Amino acid sequence: MLLSITSYCVIADHSVILNGEKWHSAESTLSAPDFLTALYKRSGAEYPKFYKMDQLAQLGFMAAELVLQGRNVSEEYGASAAGIVFCNSNASLDADLRYFESVKNIPSPAQFVYTLPNIVIGEISIRHRLKGENAFFVQESFDPSFLEFYVADLFKRERLKVCVCGWVEYLEGKYKAVIYLVESKPGNRYLQFDIKNIHQIYETANGEING
Amino acid sequence: MADLKKQIIEQLNLKDVKPEDIGDDQPLFVEGLGLDSIDALELIVLLQQEYKIKLANAEEGQSVFRSVRTMAQYITEHQPKTV
Repeated sequence: MLLSITSYCVIADHSVILNGEKWHSAESTLSAPDFLTALYKRSGAEYPKFYKMDQLAQLGFMAAELVLQGRNVSEEYGASAAGIVFCNSNASLDADLRYFESVKNIPSPAQFVYTLPNIVIGEISIRHRLKGENAFFVQESFDPSFLEFYVADLFKRERLKVCVCGWVEYLEGKYKAVIYLVESKPGNRYLQFDIKNIHQIYETANGEING
Repeated sequence: MADLKKQIIEQLNLKDVKPEDIGDDQPLFVEGLGLDSIDALELIVLLQQEYKIKLANAEEGQSVFRSVRTMAQYITEHQPKTV
């Protein structure tokens, strides 16, 4: 089965690349939370819950928002055929540390709910009504061959027809998201979903954590 | 009630909401401000942190958090007296 990357988004180092084009860039003095808020405002998404998310969820949410721009994949393919596969190396450590701080006073329920890395998947699933297979893998570093194998296998076994997948990492103000929208759409218009292309796109985000 | 509205906005991170957007009797949950169950827990934290009030039982929450006015009334009735 030929799988294609029909859209991709790289968010790192105060800039956003969408399908190879610079979509946004900001001053390097801007803090990561302010940068993410600026992206949200620029995107025009009207989703006030964004402000309540932790930064890992905000980062994944924004990347998914961009690769799914103008699409309604849950309608196109059916909600249960639309899935998400993410990975990173620090899980939800950023939220864990914040929650740990809040426990010293009165623990914050709003912070507690983000102390699992797969909550970002939940936020995107709710927003785009994706109800298919999902997984969040914690790895030492980005592994294009694992991502290719795992996602392709889900398509091969007919568990998914569309997948938002990639790397989403946020820790103490450092961030990197490299997200691919994968579909079974052959043609020269799209990059093939293979290890070489997954790696090449990821490389454009180099310079941040675990690059 | 204006202070309470500010505290609710801050505690719940309602960035797009101004105190004057919240009516005194406007429902806080579902059809009103659209708060959810996690927000309810945060409001319990707000009562504890700012007013040293602990809800006697969770079921009270539904009536206490109906609107800003019901919250303000509960705070007035239950705030520990300072000597």
